[in-house]
Amino acid sequence: MNVLYFAWVRERIGLPREEIETEAATVADLVTELCGREDRYAAAFADLSALRVAVDQTLSDFDAPLAGVREVAFFPPMTGG
Amino acid sequence: MDVRVQEATFDLGAESAGFVARCAASGAVVTFTGIVRDVAQGLEAMEIEHYPGMTEAALSDIAAEACARWMLEDALIIHRHGRLAPGEMIMMVATAAPHRKDAFEAAEYLMDYLKSRAPFWKREITRAGATWVAAKDTDEDALKRW
Repeated sequence: MNVLYFAWVRERIGLPREEIETEAATVADLVTELCGREDRYAAAFADLSALRVAVDQTLSDFDAPLAGVREVAFFPPMTGG
Repeated sequence: MDVRVQEATFDLGAESAGFVARCAASGAVVTFTGIVRDVAQGLEAMEIEHYPGMTEAALSDIAAEACARWMLEDALIIHRHGRLAPGEMIMMVATAAPHRKDAFEAAEYLMDYLKSRAPFWKREITRAGATWVAAKDTDEDALKRW
């Protein structure tokens, strides 16, 4: 699965994207798994209310299932316009 | 419907004139242009990051929803990314409808949605350093009226 990071999430984790092998059932499970890996993930995901997630390029919730998903992206609330 | 995400600037006059020419049946065209403003009088640049692929899809969805809700003959969204200097144009929207009320409302709808539902992130660069622009609660609240 491709996992992408944008804006300050990218800065805290230290890379824009990575390929991750995971059995996580939901986005929340994936976050828990990543946070257990290294402190930089725990720092980026410390406050989930400050984060948004897109699953296969569609804005989703943290309880979204990951079965068959190819791309997950984490980022702060968007500031377009 | 025309949605463009690009680093280069655009010619506001040519884009507006071209849009009007394509919408000969409409009685009303509204255009809005967003500009990098130097609020703190110390802004060196605005950097705009985006999510290639999702950005285009999100903007197309927002434009399609506007066309479905109002009687629009056409809609245009141009949004830039990359490093922009104060005074530069960030984006524009244009809407065409038989009457001005639909054109104005649809343009506001496009702006409200692309502010908080299109995957762009702004960062302000000043001499003191770089700061990510935080989303405002008022931007989220603005969606509730639609």
